[in-house]
This record gives sequence, C-alpha cells and structure tokens, in this order.
Amino acid sequence: MNVLVCVKRVPLTGGKIVLTEDERAISTRHLGFTVSPHEECGAEEAVRLVEALGGSSVVLTLGPPEAEEQLRDMMAIGVDRGIHLLTDGSEWDPQATAAAIVSAVRGEPDAFDLILFGNESADAGNYQVAIRVARFLGLPCVTGVKAISVEGSDVRCEQEVAGGRDVYVVPMPAVVTVKEGLNLPRYPSVPGRLRAKRKPVAAVTPERSPSRLEMVRLVLPPGSGKQVEVLGNGPEAAPAVVGVLEGLGLV
Amino acid sequence: MALVFVEGVDDELSLQAVAFARGIDDDVQLVSFGEAVYAPAGWARAIVQEIEQGTPSIVLAPGSDRGNEVMAHVSAILDRPFAANCTSLTIGEPASVTRVRWGGSLLEEALVHGSPLVATVAPHAVAAASDAIDARTLTAPEDSVAVRERVATVSAGVSLADADVVVSGGRGVGSAEGFAVIEELAELLGGAVGCSRAVTSAGWRPHTDQVGQTGTKISPEIYIACGISGATQHMAGCKGAKKLLAINPDAEASIFASADYAVIGDLHQVVPAISAEIRKARGT
Repeated sequence: MNVLVCVKRVPLTGGKIVLTEDERAISTRHLGFTVSPHEECGAEEAVRLVEALGGSSVVLTLGPPEAEEQLRDMMAIGVDRGIHLLTDGSEWDPQATAAAIVSAVRGEPDAFDLILFGNESADAGNYQVAIRVARFLGLPCVTGVKAISVEGSDVRCEQEVAGGRDVYVVPMPAVVTVKEGLNLPRYPSVPGRLRAKRKPVAAVTPERSPSRLEMVRLVLPPGSGKQVEVLGNGPEAAPAVVGVLEGLGLV
Repeated sequence: MALVFVEGVDDELSLQAVAFARGIDDDVQLVSFGEAVYAPAGWARAIVQEIEQGTPSIVLAPGSDRGNEVMAHVSAILDRPFAANCTSLTIGEPASVTRVRWGGSLLEEALVHGSPLVATVAPHAVAAASDAIDARTLTAPEDSVAVRERVATVSAGVSLADADVVVSGGRGVGSAEGFAVIEELAELLGGAVGCSRAVTSAGWRPHTDQVGQTGTKISPEIYIACGISGATQHMAGCKGAKKLLAINPDAEASIFASADYAVIGDLHQVVPAISAEIRKARGT
C-alpha cells in the first residue's frame, strides 16, 4: 500500500489577521506556520494505513524552501519520505498547482494506491486541486471524507452530510480528500522528530504555468462594528448575564 | 445566459445562488438532478454538455459541499479556472471576482481568465430568491463514483448546527473533566455543548463538538464562549451567532472584539455562578 498525502504550509493566524504592505499576503512576521488542519488528519491516516497494511507513505508539498519544515513535521509523526516542489513563495493558482503535482506523481517509480488531500486548504479554500489531479490521472475521486477503510482492492469512504453519512466504494488507485475529524492526529515524539531529520526529501523546481485564477489583492472584511457591553468581572457578573438570558426568553 | 446548478428547488443556498445569478444576467436557466443518486463527476459531465449546447457566459452553483465539488469537476473537464465561494463578480475577459478565504476571515479580489466563468456563490453573500423556482432535470451518465448508501446518524440531544443556544469551552477549560460546568449550563438553557479546535486536538472532546472553520458552523440565538481566545479558525464557525457572550480572564482577548457581551473572569467561577443564578431565578 503506497500512500501519498499532499499538504500546504499556512500561517497560524491567531486572533487578528494583518496584511503585508502590498496587500497580497498575510504579514507573518510574528506568526508560526502549520499545515491545513484537514491535511494533518490526511498525514495521520497515511501513517495508520501503512502501519496496518504495510507499504510506504510519502508527503508532498508545493511551497517555498521554508515549507520543508512542514514536510519534516509530517515525517515526525511517521510519514516515510518527502517530495518538495519548490516555489519562490508566491502563490500558485489551483491549475498550476495540480499540474505540478501530477507531473511529480508521474515521475515516481512506484504508483500510489491512494492519494490524500485536505478537502480545502485553510487559507485559499479553492476546493479543487485534488479533483483536478484525479482528472489528469484518470482516477476516481471522493471528497470530504471522515472515515476510510481499505477493502481488498477498493477503498470505502464515508462523507458527512446533513443527517448522516454517505458511503462510497471506489477501486484503487484513487484520490480522496479528507476533513478534520477523520482521526485524532498524534503528537510527534522526540525520537520521531529526530528520525524525521534523517528521512529523505526529494526537492525539484517544477515549471509554472500562468495563473488563470489570478489574485489581485487581499481585503480584510469590514469589522462587526459591535460595541461590546461588559457585564462585569468574575462571578459577580452572574445576575447581569441572567438578565441578558431573560431578555432572550431563555430564563 | 447564466446557467445555475441547484441542489433542490427549496434548498436555501441554491436559492441564494439563483438570486445572485439574477443580479448578473437577465436570462437565468436552472438545472438539477432531481432525486438522482449523487455522482459528482457524472453530474459534472451532464452540466458540461449543457454548457456546450447553451454557451452560457457564467456557470454558477451554491457554495455548498456538493456545489463546490460539482463545479470543480466541471472546470477540470473544461480545463477552465474555478472561483469558489464568491461574494460578488463582474463578467468580462478577464472576469473579476471577490471570494472568501480563511472561512470568511479574509476576502480575495481576483481576475479569472477564460470563458465561461465557473464559480460558486459564498453562503449568505446575498438573500435567497423568494419566488418558486423551476429547474430542468438533467440525466447524468453512469460514473463509478456515486453514493452507495446513506447511513443515518442517531444523535442524542440538540444538534450543534441547529441549536438555539450553544455553550462552548476552549483551552481555558483545562481538561475533559472541566467541561462539567459547561455541560451543566448548556443543559439548563436547553442548548448544545461546543468547543474550540484546541480542545479537540487535546482529545478532551470529540471533533463533532468543534465549532470552527474545520468544524461545525453554528447560528444560535446566543453563543456563550468560555475560555476561548477567539482565533480566526474559531470565529469562522460562530460568526452566524446572533449574540455572542464571551467569558475570558484576559480583557485583551481578541474574542471580545466580536462579542456583544463580556464577562472578564475565570470560567470555572463565572459559569457555575451563572447556573446557580438561573436556578435561583427559576426557583428550582
């Protein structure tokens, strides 16, 4: 069972987003980085599948040299090796991203049985790279998956919908996009972190096709304009809180 | 002509997409798949056939899971760009769009090259169409990826997404056991218990309780957030709440910038005091 998981380096935004001067990115001077939450579950799933069924797991990212940090993070929880599609740090649109991933996948000596993505990236939220990759490779694609089980040469996927779960069974190789809640990702151990430092990362600089979804600038949405009413400090505020709840007909 | 894929003639997000399309083009044509079993790539192929016959200038769908999935397939088949979750757009060559990023914490202005423009409408970008709509039912070709069965989930109590009152705890709760006071207040108010991502990552609560960009989006009458700092990841899930009461010991916590009511204090003291006060008021 060979599993590929694709991840994206994104800033840990905290409470308030500040833009860079050119308004084309989030100012990250005071921020750390992570992978999108859905993708962290994808990496955990890749590791669990290989632990249960044998084979190997690979993590791929398209991003600046610093994104090696995210590859090492995923290898620290057990992914075997990394593929780094190097960029200058500017944003690639979904079509260019998908094309670069497809050519990396085609260049691999062994085919992947399963290619995992997050359902959407935390930052851009374009909802399409996995579907484009699946189309290029001629593979079936199931999205928004919260449970995966391998049944012989098929993969069974459960997708959360209002009132229940929709079940898909598709033949492998397949592309599956996952959502947080699929599993609870483990924390990397210290030995895991040390092992990750020695795991191989293949870095290549892919050719970039022109952007057809071309970001012009980012805009902070207008604030809530709300004026907060301080009801009090500590437990003494309880009667004022109950006053508010009474106003809503709850008490 | 604007071609709109609707999930159903009474689906709220689909009705929003219809209203959005009418703001762009006088000629709006609706297509759906009726009661057919969901098959994203198959449905997309049927829509692509419509596009090839009708030559619309724009192809729209609601910014729902299925709307985004089907439009992504449509754009992949046509080898066109796809702008997901737009709040406004102007057709042209290139088209210009404003679209949602970071679950609504940030907007992006972008140019989209190539016609027709394939896009989805961000939830609540516009009010839903109020008249009865009529959609032509398409038949999709067979595809190997289709829903095999639906497993119904039986949930006890009020569902987080539909609850009128949600009481949530964050990192400030400190432990799984610490949620007892949150559960008590939620029960007194007939509401649901929620939590932040920090809590689910720590394993204190199941992911089904998470309110946030990668959790559940809620829209209660009042949201009571206890020991939650207000990271953008969390706020993306609760911005639909009509009122927000935040309880936090740090007067500088960013959640207070979005709150209607604030209590500065430790939830472990404040929340039980509120529960006691409710019982007193009810005489129980």
